Amino acid sequence: MTLRAYLDGVGVLGPGLSGWQDTAAILCGRSTYAGSPTVLPTLTMLPAAERRRTGRVVRVALGVAFEATSAAAANPALLSSVFSSSGGDGDICHEICQALSLPAREISPTRFSNSVHNAPAGYWSIATGATLESNVLCAFDGSFVAGLLDALLQVQEGRAVVLVSYDLNYPPPLHAKRPIPDAFGIALVLVPEATPRSLARLDVALTDEAFDTMREPRLETLRASIPAARGLPLLETLALRKKARTIIEYLDVARAGVLIEPCR
Amino acid sequence: MPQSLTHFTATSCIGTGTDAMLDSLLKQRSGLERCAFETVELDTHIGEVPGLDAQALPPTMRGYDCRNNRLAELALLQDGFLDAVHAAVARYGSRRVGAFIGTSTAGVLQTELAYRELEKGALPAWFEYGSTHNAFSIADYVRRRCGLQGPAVALSSACASSAKAFSSARRMIEAKLIDAAVVGGTDSLCLTTLYGFHSLQLCSPRPCRPFDVARDGISIGEAAAFALLERLPDSLDRGAVLLLGAGESSDAYHMSSPHPDGLGARRAMQAALAAAALDPAQIDYINLHGTGTPSNDRAESQAVTSVFGATTPCSSTKGATGHTLGAAGALEAVISALAIREGLMPGGVHSTRMDPTLTANYIRVNKRAQVKRVLSNSFGFGGTNCSLIFGAAQ
Repeated sequence: MTLRAYLDGVGVLGPGLSGWQDTAAILCGRSTYAGSPTVLPTLTMLPAAERRRTGRVVRVALGVAFEATSAAAANPALLSSVFSSSGGDGDICHEICQALSLPAREISPTRFSNSVHNAPAGYWSIATGATLESNVLCAFDGSFVAGLLDALLQVQEGRAVVLVSYDLNYPPPLHAKRPIPDAFGIALVLVPEATPRSLARLDVALTDEAFDTMREPRLETLRASIPAARGLPLLETLALRKKARTIIEYLDVARAGVLIEPCR
Repeated sequence: MPQSLTHFTATSCIGTGTDAMLDSLLKQRSGLERCAFETVELDTHIGEVPGLDAQALPPTMRGYDCRNNRLAELALLQDGFLDAVHAAVARYGSRRVGAFIGTSTAGVLQTELAYRELEKGALPAWFEYGSTHNAFSIADYVRRRCGLQGPAVALSSACASSAKAFSSARRMIEAKLIDAAVVGGTDSLCLTTLYGFHSLQLCSPRPCRPFDVARDGISIGEAAAFALLERLPDSLDRGAVLLLGAGESSDAYHMSSPHPDGLGARRAMQAALAAAALDPAQIDYINLHGTGTPSNDRAESQAVTSVFGATTPCSSTKGATGHTLGAAGALEAVISALAIREGLMPGGVHSTRMDPTLTANYIRVNKRAQVKRVLSNSFGFGGTNCSLIFGAAQ
């Protein structure tokens, strides 16, 4: 069974990767990869009161989501959304666990309501006025494909969807147990019919073939160490602008085969 | 297309397995008791599942040991559920059966305990991040325990998590990527939610009283509930329980308060009715989200009456089970399935003086009648809403 969608917009943020244009240039070999730490965007589109409450995870997720929807010239209010992340907000998780280990056990109410895995999805809907379905997923290292599948299934039902896959590095001591090196996010706007903005057509099916890795060693380190960066081979194939198929890592027993055919 | 809820099971403070749960529902027994969980010192009531500290996991699953996975294990062992899943795996092949499990906090209690044992700033060696703390740990536990090799995912949209698991699984079965799925939710007691909801002043000191004029907050509970959701077989037993439709929406309003008029809740219910191609009058009973906070119940009552009018019987079972957070959607899906199978609309417990401004037809006494279709609501932080409609095969 193949799931088809058209890809209308991409957002990317990670170590040495800032936006789709720059990232595409690196992935197709036109510029070299520098690998500097992730620079988080300031979310000017959020109301100031909300912006004060948001942590790094919201900045990563909404940053790439806005890049993708604006590249797609899509009205975010009219999109369904799928947010997928392995760890969500590790900063808040650490703060809460630390506070609970002290005698007073005082948790900030704002921190607690922001601790839910769907906090970025909530802030996204508040910022954009999007009232359609918003799904929030986790599949550990397979979170990128888990999100991609759910987004594509929504596209099969005729909806346009923004997929946002993102991860954050944990602070210590959790970092030692889950050594994600830095913040990373990918967003894709996926639609059921081709539009003038469409970059490519995707045909996705489950497979048990071996998954692809990145040619550039430092990008491969990224891919292998950040769940959201498991999507990098898809972006690399897209950047090369040739019809090609790539296999993306998902579960121990399942991968996603993605056939990419450029539209322009 | 509807899907079949071929098997289902649930474990909460009102019973381990559906027989015990049904008995509690028939007797309108609540499982809420004064909080004596772990080292927690809060003036509140909770719905605790007894015996979890002693619940063993199979030897192959030892690395997953934490309260959340123990609760899932206990639940999976009830009602012949594992056997039913194994039969489905034999029927369809393990790659054609997926796992969709909702949770809000997974095994975070394990992390809380580990933070008490920091040594030179490091977490203890016994702490396993991936198989206990990470949200996927529960979906991974269920798929490995059930021997599934299909797509697997944890859904974590706060208190709507496991209702949304049904919606995602339904999409994947519809698209023919899989033939069946283990769908459900597990959330277990932990300090993060007990102290967190307390910090938001959302916990009642008494057992929660949904729709009561003096309602003053939630009682936190824990539960694991699972269903085997399958593509519709060629022939169905009359009375078999089906998932008829799902509807989802976002409030786009506030992180921790519902839209005051329940607009998002209304859209979710309307979307579920549209997906099931049903009129509001065809719903016999509504299992409310009904948490017992002043604002949630007010918004939900407005939303319900705006779609259904003020006659459709409805109630919240959270007075009995507590608010089981990410497991609530799946727990109440199982209660909805029992309502259909048994012809039982469970009356809400603990509520004594009903809020006259809430116009939905809230029932406090069990009603025995044919129940053909049930709508179940689940809403969560972040303004995320999901309504599911279950019905009997005609």
